[in-house]
Amino acid sequence: MPYLGSEDVVKELKKALCNPHIQADRLRYRNVIQRVIRMSKLDQWGQAEVLNFLLRYQPRSEEELFDILNLLDSFLKSGSPGVVMGATKLFLILAKKFPHVQTDVLVRVKGPLLAACSSESRELCFVALCHVRQILHSLPGHFSSHYKKFFCSYSEPHYIKLQKVEVLCELVNDENVQQVLEELRGYCTDVSADFAQAAIFAIGGIARTYTDQCVQILTELLGLQQEHITTVVVQTFRDLVWLCPQCTEAVCQALPGCEENIQDSEGKQALIWLLGVHGERIPNAPYVLEDFVENVKSETFPAVKMELLTALLRLFLSRPAECQDMLGRLLYYCIEEEKDMAVRDRGLFYYRLLLVGIDEVKRILCSPKSDPTLGLLEDPAERPVNSWASDFNTLVPVYGKSRWATISKCQGAERCGPELPKTSSFAASGPLIPEENKERVEELPDSGALMLVPNLQLTADYFEKTWLSLKVAHQQVLPWQGEFHPDTLQMALQVVNIQTIAMSRAGARPWKAYLSAQDDTGCLFLTELLLKPENSEMQISVKQNETRTETLNSFISVLETVIGTIEEIKS
Amino acid sequence: MISQFFILSSKGDPLIYKDFRGDSGGRDVAELFYRKLTGLPGDESPVVMVTTGGRRHHEGRHFIHIRHSGLYLVVTTSENVSPFGLLELLSRLATLLGDYCGSLGEGTISRNVALVYELLDEVLDYGYVQTTSTEMLKNFIQTEAVVSKPFSLFDLSSVGLFGAETQQSKVAPSSAASRPVLSSRSDQSRKNEVFLDVVERLSVLIASNGSLLKVDVQGEIRLKSFLPSGSEMRIGLTEEFCVGKSELRGYGPGIRVDEVSFHSSVNLDEFESHRILRLQPPQGELTVMRYQLSDDLPSPLPFRLFPSVQWDRGSGRSTLEPKPESLNVRLHLPLPRGVVSLSQELSSPEQKAELAEGALCWDLPRVQGGSQLSGLFQMDVPRLPGPPSHGLSTSTPPLGLGPTSLSFELPRHTCSGLQVRFLRLSFRPCGNANPHKWVRHLSHSDAYVIRI
Repeated sequence: MPYLGSEDVVKELKKALCNPHIQADRLRYRNVIQRVIRMSKLDQWGQAEVLNFLLRYQPRSEEELFDILNLLDSFLKSGSPGVVMGATKLFLILAKKFPHVQTDVLVRVKGPLLAACSSESRELCFVALCHVRQILHSLPGHFSSHYKKFFCSYSEPHYIKLQKVEVLCELVNDENVQQVLEELRGYCTDVSADFAQAAIFAIGGIARTYTDQCVQILTELLGLQQEHITTVVVQTFRDLVWLCPQCTEAVCQALPGCEENIQDSEGKQALIWLLGVHGERIPNAPYVLEDFVENVKSETFPAVKMELLTALLRLFLSRPAECQDMLGRLLYYCIEEEKDMAVRDRGLFYYRLLLVGIDEVKRILCSPKSDPTLGLLEDPAERPVNSWASDFNTLVPVYGKSRWATISKCQGAERCGPELPKTSSFAASGPLIPEENKERVEELPDSGALMLVPNLQLTADYFEKTWLSLKVAHQQVLPWQGEFHPDTLQMALQVVNIQTIAMSRAGARPWKAYLSAQDDTGCLFLTELLLKPENSEMQISVKQNETRTETLNSFISVLETVIGTIEEIKS
Repeated sequence: MISQFFILSSKGDPLIYKDFRGDSGGRDVAELFYRKLTGLPGDESPVVMVTTGGRRHHEGRHFIHIRHSGLYLVVTTSENVSPFGLLELLSRLATLLGDYCGSLGEGTISRNVALVYELLDEVLDYGYVQTTSTEMLKNFIQTEAVVSKPFSLFDLSSVGLFGAETQQSKVAPSSAASRPVLSSRSDQSRKNEVFLDVVERLSVLIASNGSLLKVDVQGEIRLKSFLPSGSEMRIGLTEEFCVGKSELRGYGPGIRVDEVSFHSSVNLDEFESHRILRLQPPQGELTVMRYQLSDDLPSPLPFRLFPSVQWDRGSGRSTLEPKPESLNVRLHLPLPRGVVSLSQELSSPEQKAELAEGALCWDLPRVQGGSQLSGLFQMDVPRLPGPPSHGLSTSTPPLGLGPTSLSFELPRHTCSGLQVRFLRLSFRPCGNANPHKWVRHLSHSDAYVIRI
């Protein structure tokens, strides 16, 4: 139990919180809570624990709620960031129905949060930035006046700079857009290519609202003719043109000349797409594409070739005279000489489409050139505070919501399997069944009749006695290849409630194992597994103490499935 | 709560390992952590990492760590706990270990392994924090700290004064930084000393046209006390010290900070009226007060730089004009790729400049206030495929000439103007000699960047 001060308080608190009828005994609980909160002897760790406990409490009435909030008010001014954040979270959760109280709390926590963002400790800085981003999802204007605190400093580690750039992108408003853009422009020429690219993408994000200024900056960046910059700028242009068609003209004027500086797959795809869709406004579009077509044999990325096919066909529709010849050459190459089947198929498709007639081609290929409504879908709407309030002050904002979902999915699947007995053989770590296979083993045919009793504890003597007294009811041979780890098998069998009495160690020749299981009617199944020295088949002998064929068959099928799964994993 | 705690050296050797809950895989988790840390892709943060997939015993385990004095202090947990709380715990543990062992470093930890484990036993129980207060812990810790050989005046290379690492060559250094605070030996000769430091970190960004883009001061008042606990201390700050923008005290602009926060044990009764802080400091280190100030420095900036760069000849001249006296100034200027040679003309022999890792580093050990220093640097810039020249003089520097960053220390100077007026002790009359009090003000640069 965490140390909360005196023993009696801890006892009272324990009693109060563990009582399932606590909500009924509101008065007593409230007194305890008040007493605990008022304790001045609590140090910062005790305070954090108390705040954590209080998360479970549901105040019955509005006045009780505000009562508790008033009592806890002083915790918001504490010097320890853990306590301040814990208090904030509690406020946010308790005041679920009062958004103005939530906003108020977030305003009050601005100061400590900003102080943490400029703290000497890099790690605290990073965690605070993650929380700032979380808050900005709901209150985008919250930190706008403090944008200067999020300017990146030269000596900061990379991960902090990336977070700060994201924050800058999200807190832009009319007053600070000029300075923020200038700052980001400075980062775009940074020595570190990753950071420069992140800054350019951030400018792209801001460009959705402040299109003209951003397009101007991006055009200037193209002028530097640096490879890592140009490719990201072209990608940003492609995304921007789709969402903000008003900047197409400016983009088209900026494009000529940058094809010399792009070498990577993503950049090329973006450029080719732009040339294809908006080619009629770009004077030298066919000649650029011709360059690509000339070099298509040495092109390594199939995605670029696919994009090239589509773009050239589109351009052909608007500028037929210039493109006809090279389109023919490209199609010939893709159909006759290309090894990647996806590219070849697309080439064939376009060829057949052209054979049908030019009107058909126009009908199919002339898609809309932009879709501003996609911007609405993409931009995360301002999420209400309640959607993330319970994640505040936990590890969730640090990882990001999507990554946390994957992590907890893995953890959840782990924990929902049946509890394994903590025998020493399990403590030895061995290769384990990966997730998918374990689930398959669990989903065994619950073949109507057979329900194996878990936690069967059969002694070795009893097993031996029973084994020797029974006749073999069923014998079978399964194909088996190569070595395996006995622990894996043991655990797999445990999952389906088959107990291992004895097992040879790995590599022993001949390898033997004795298993036992009991179904809910009390029928015992005793099994011997024998692996012959040649290791190519496993012999299974099953003895049953009551003759019941259908249960025997079910048991055998369970065993076969398990062994089959192990065999697959191994291979 | 916490499952394990371990300390690794900067190369990944485990120095300390403690498992609190027994629900994890064992000592190899430290190696797993180091491998993950070194193998992390560039854009992921190392602060909080998680293991997914693979071995069940390490499944879903979160590693949270801080780097302190070249060591990694790591905790693992499998629950979704508050990251602020854990980071705070780690910092507090680092301070506590420093207090008990003298200083925190690979050597001191390896010498005091037993003490460290004892401390961990008392601080954390089954992964829950019991107490980190030095007062309470003093009653339980029995082991003595093993200190390295006593300090000798000839051993100037490892001097570290409490508060910030500085080297003042003319002052006899004290051993306060490396002496363990909480030694239970009742040495009469052990001085009763208390050190109060006002340390400020200055973070400045100046644009290429000379305008000030951002200025930020983060200040702390830190106390290191060797006194027996129970003595009451009163710290008086400048009377005209105002908090927030609307307060006004005294006459004239006064000394202003934006926000201030105090340690929980500080008594603020007299703060409103006379700006006096009262507390009963425990032994060891303590941060009494933290404050921030931005955008509105009362004193002018300590350094002004006048770079003039001419790229047709590939030379640059930098002129520094510092105001107060400063120490250990180092100017770091990243250069475009491919610059290999450097010739220089500096105004004084004790400075030196060299080309290191694609950047120019100009070191000035000591700079007088109000002086002007200049350095002329000439370097060969290979023909870069830079922006096409517009026919006229290439006044725009090529890509890669980065912003200048300065790092320096300003002793006896605080950028915000905050000063400690007095430090008075009223101690229990147990016959100790008058305790020595040391008060020091110091500013140093956090990130002082001047764009060219």
